[in-house]
Amino acid sequence: MKQILIIGATSAIANACARLWASQGAVFFLVARNAEKLAQTAADLSSRGAGTVHTYAMDVTHLEAHVAMLSACQEALGRIDIALVAHGTLPDQAACEQDAALALREFNLNATATVGLLTQLANQLESQRGGTLAVITSVAGDRGRPSNYLYGSAKAAVSAFCEGLRARLFKVGVHLIDIRPGFVATPMTQGLPLPALLVAQPEVVAKGILAGIERQTNVLYTPAFWTVIMWVVRSIPSVVFKRMSL
Amino acid sequence: MSAQSLHSWGHYPPFPQTAHACHWRAELAGTRDALVHRYGSTLAFGNGRSYGDSCLAASDQVLHLRALDRFLHADWSRGVLTAEAGVTLDEILALAIPRGWFLSVTPGTQFVTLGGAIANDVHGKNHHVRGTFGCHVRRLSLLRSQEGRQLCSPDEQADLFAATIGGLGLTGIIEWAEIQLTPIASSQIDCLVERFDTLADFFTLSAELDQQHEFCVAWIDCAATGARSGRGVYLAGDFAPDGGLKVATKAALSVPLTSPLSLINGLSLRVFNEYYWRKHPPTRQHQRSDYMPFFYPLDGVHHWNRIYGPKGFQQYQCLIPDAQAQPAMQALLDAIAASGRGSFLAVLKRCGAVASPGWLSFPAPGTTLALDFPQSRALVETLFPRLNAIVREAGGRLYPAKDAQMIGEDFRRSYPAWQHLEAWRDPALGSRFWTRVTT
Repeated sequence: MKQILIIGATSAIANACARLWASQGAVFFLVARNAEKLAQTAADLSSRGAGTVHTYAMDVTHLEAHVAMLSACQEALGRIDIALVAHGTLPDQAACEQDAALALREFNLNATATVGLLTQLANQLESQRGGTLAVITSVAGDRGRPSNYLYGSAKAAVSAFCEGLRARLFKVGVHLIDIRPGFVATPMTQGLPLPALLVAQPEVVAKGILAGIERQTNVLYTPAFWTVIMWVVRSIPSVVFKRMSL
Repeated sequence: MSAQSLHSWGHYPPFPQTAHACHWRAELAGTRDALVHRYGSTLAFGNGRSYGDSCLAASDQVLHLRALDRFLHADWSRGVLTAEAGVTLDEILALAIPRGWFLSVTPGTQFVTLGGAIANDVHGKNHHVRGTFGCHVRRLSLLRSQEGRQLCSPDEQADLFAATIGGLGLTGIIEWAEIQLTPIASSQIDCLVERFDTLADFFTLSAELDQQHEFCVAWIDCAATGARSGRGVYLAGDFAPDGGLKVATKAALSVPLTSPLSLINGLSLRVFNEYYWRKHPPTRQHQRSDYMPFFYPLDGVHHWNRIYGPKGFQQYQCLIPDAQAQPAMQALLDAIAASGRGSFLAVLKRCGAVASPGWLSFPAPGTTLALDFPQSRALVETLFPRLNAIVREAGGRLYPAKDAQMIGEDFRRSYPAWQHLEAWRDPALGSRFWTRVTT
């Protein structure tokens, strides 16, 4: 049975992945901020066929709490087959432009906390010489867009960090997959004016993520059509890009 | 995504509902209170499979609970499952079938939510032996605006439980429910098919086969006139003793767009019904079927409601008590055939005497007829008043979950317990149906 650590376990994409793993009988160590949501998620996964489901309430921005959480995870699971790092928020770009403290708090949650977690997780997976680090970033990290460059820059930081870490861990048999979802219908994007045709359900994205982990994909755009969209977006020269309002 | 707009399954009456999604149980009370503060009242909305206006909020602002799709507990040794109200029956079956369990009662689609199945106290092909869905609900949690969370069961808060089963979502928000499943040895059905020529033959077959088989239903040719009137196909079945426990794979077909005009008309109706009649053997035959086509023939085509065009359709489902059933059904069929309207799948079924715990449950001993009609003015002005008069005369009643037109007076006479439900209604909740039939 797979032993799976999920950070941000109550997020919609992580939850959809967890349900697929639960049907295979996986054992979980779930981490999220809200203990009540964690308990409800754990009960759901158990009912769907999961093995033991451990829960741990933690705010990822409490960097000093990471060590205790990871040692509790080590004690509960022993070996980690998959660590899915899925926590995040979608900051209010306009508010972040007016409030530097808010901008830094959001950057801290979406980038710094992730870098802190990945640093310690990497060492743990390195010492067990195997396993997969699955990190959810975003297509938004590929270009800084005027409408959400705070979010985009945090994701870009994590993606660049992941690229280097992947090369380091590759040598010891640990795989790192950088997952870049496009628009997904989740509570995080609820109320946003997204183009309906491009919005995927979390279940679809989750299937893509599980397949990407199996295939040991390095950078996964999901759903797959985002590979093409982002290729085009990345190809737009800056002289043109700065005149666009994306 | 911007706020989603929701409709009932029949797309009639055409009142789009603004969806206010709840993803966690903890959000329910706050979202409800905010809606009540701003719009006066609200109503829980599941997966939009109610046909008429019973799922439409009086304020057109619904609490969308489809995302409350978690299981709370599963006891596979006893077949007891606890799930949030937004879980759909197909999601329950996907877990239950491989472990040797099935829903004790299932309606004709697996895409209804658990909350919707309880609120409408749905029934199925085994009503004559297992009663309604509500007969297999062990316990439920109801969130009321005044009293807060209420646990109800046949023994605990029994009145509130009775009001909630078939209570059209008006007694409170159903948070979760615990249901009793039924053990199966296989997901396949041993079935028996036999054509019949007249309504009298239907009742003879029903008297014989309903005692022997758990699942019984008939298709009836609602376009047939003269000597052919009353002809149909009887279908009976039971879970097979062997054949494996397999969950059906997802449907491949879907109607991608709403047709600009209804594809159901007098010609297509007669052609289809003639074909359907001829496709079945004249004498009794036994066959093996997967549970999907047996229980959920229409679930094989997603969005089939779109074939009725932008005006939508109405389903007419009535129940006629046993004493009057045969003559009243004949009168209904004659009126429908004479109108040249009707649907491909007209369904006839005898309900049994198993009492529902719900006060406003639709089924009762008698025969029920259900069929769809493309929405039109003539339907509302001519045919339905005629059918309503026949049902009234025979002491029958209509099914709120399917309804968009019954007269308030008929409702209040045929559901005398409605005032008990009104007394238990949560003032924060209201539906277009309830406003229409009680005022």
